[in-house]
Amino acid sequence: MKQANRYHPLQVVLHGLMAVLMIATFAFGKYVHSLPLSPAKFQLMSYHKWAGMTVLALVLVRILVRLAKGAPALPGTMSPAARLVAHAGHLLLYVLMVAIPLSGWLMSSAYGIPVVMFGLWQLPDLIAANPELAPQLGQLHGLLNTALLLAVLGHVAAALKHHFIDKDGLLSRMSLRG
Amino acid sequence: MKKALLLPLAALLAAPAFAQPVDLTKSQLAFTLKQMGVPMSGSFKKFAANVDFNPAQPETGKADITIDTGSIALPTGEASAEARKKEWFNAAQFPQARFVSSSIKALGNNRYQVAGKLTLKGISRDVSAPFTATAQGKTLTVDGILPVSRLAFKIGEGSWSDTGTVADNVDLKFRLVLVNS
Repeated sequence: MKQANRYHPLQVVLHGLMAVLMIATFAFGKYVHSLPLSPAKFQLMSYHKWAGMTVLALVLVRILVRLAKGAPALPGTMSPAARLVAHAGHLLLYVLMVAIPLSGWLMSSAYGIPVVMFGLWQLPDLIAANPELAPQLGQLHGLLNTALLLAVLGHVAAALKHHFIDKDGLLSRMSLRG
Repeated sequence: MKKALLLPLAALLAAPAFAQPVDLTKSQLAFTLKQMGVPMSGSFKKFAANVDFNPAQPETGKADITIDTGSIALPTGEASAEARKKEWFNAAQFPQARFVSSSIKALGNNRYQVAGKLTLKGISRDVSAPFTATAQGKTLTVDGILPVSRLAFKIGEGSWSDTGTVADNVDLKFRLVLVNS
């Protein structure tokens, strides 16, 4: 039997939802980081952490769905090298989607400021408070985000290339209809 | 020779000590507060404590603790710096906070209650805290929690007075290790 030519609807919904949430959390995080300490900063930083932990929960669901449902075949016109780049790029995106919220969570634990989801549920600390390590984890969080920004730009550029240059109908894999 | 002269002099200078020396390296003045429902702790790195406490006669005990407000430490350097500013402890104008006990009562079962006056940022308030005292060898460790309303002492003024972000209640946790001679 032929491989499905599109992603499972749940995968399509998760892709769109996470795209919006990640762009918002990224921009919001940059903004909050730039603010001087104020009550608003405390508030907004909490929102940023809630959003990041939501991304982490969603990506874990997404990985499970991906393992269960797989992915549609790439167009037969793609060269082996292009396939390799596509797989490597997607793997990198998954790694970053997990690593970035985790690095934020680790940073919070190291600073001794736990994550309390929606102000209600305190998440366990991943590591003990460590004032020396905390700023380093902050730098790592920033670096990983820069890597994500570049990976997402590459991801979008590749999608546009497939759609407008190759015209291979690849984008329909990630749509619910059509 | 010089040392022999200096030692009693140092003891004289530290004069108001009541009776027991306090091991400051093992003693702690820490606190926890909640911001956005997130527990955050901090501490005061520098303080002096003059304490006289005998668990057998708690009512004769007394304590006089002076805290260097500029020694406040919070999880981030930015927060520590903010806490020294005018809106918070105003460490430049009020470099010291002080607690002077007025009474100590036994509650039974190794529990006691100390009442006294806390002066913070120029404001004095009557406060009261339960504590326990644990003897171990030559030391007596006093552990207690003093709940404080930060707004009663104008700690966190202006936009910081919003308790929706930083809660009003702050638990001051004290541990004093007294050395019995």
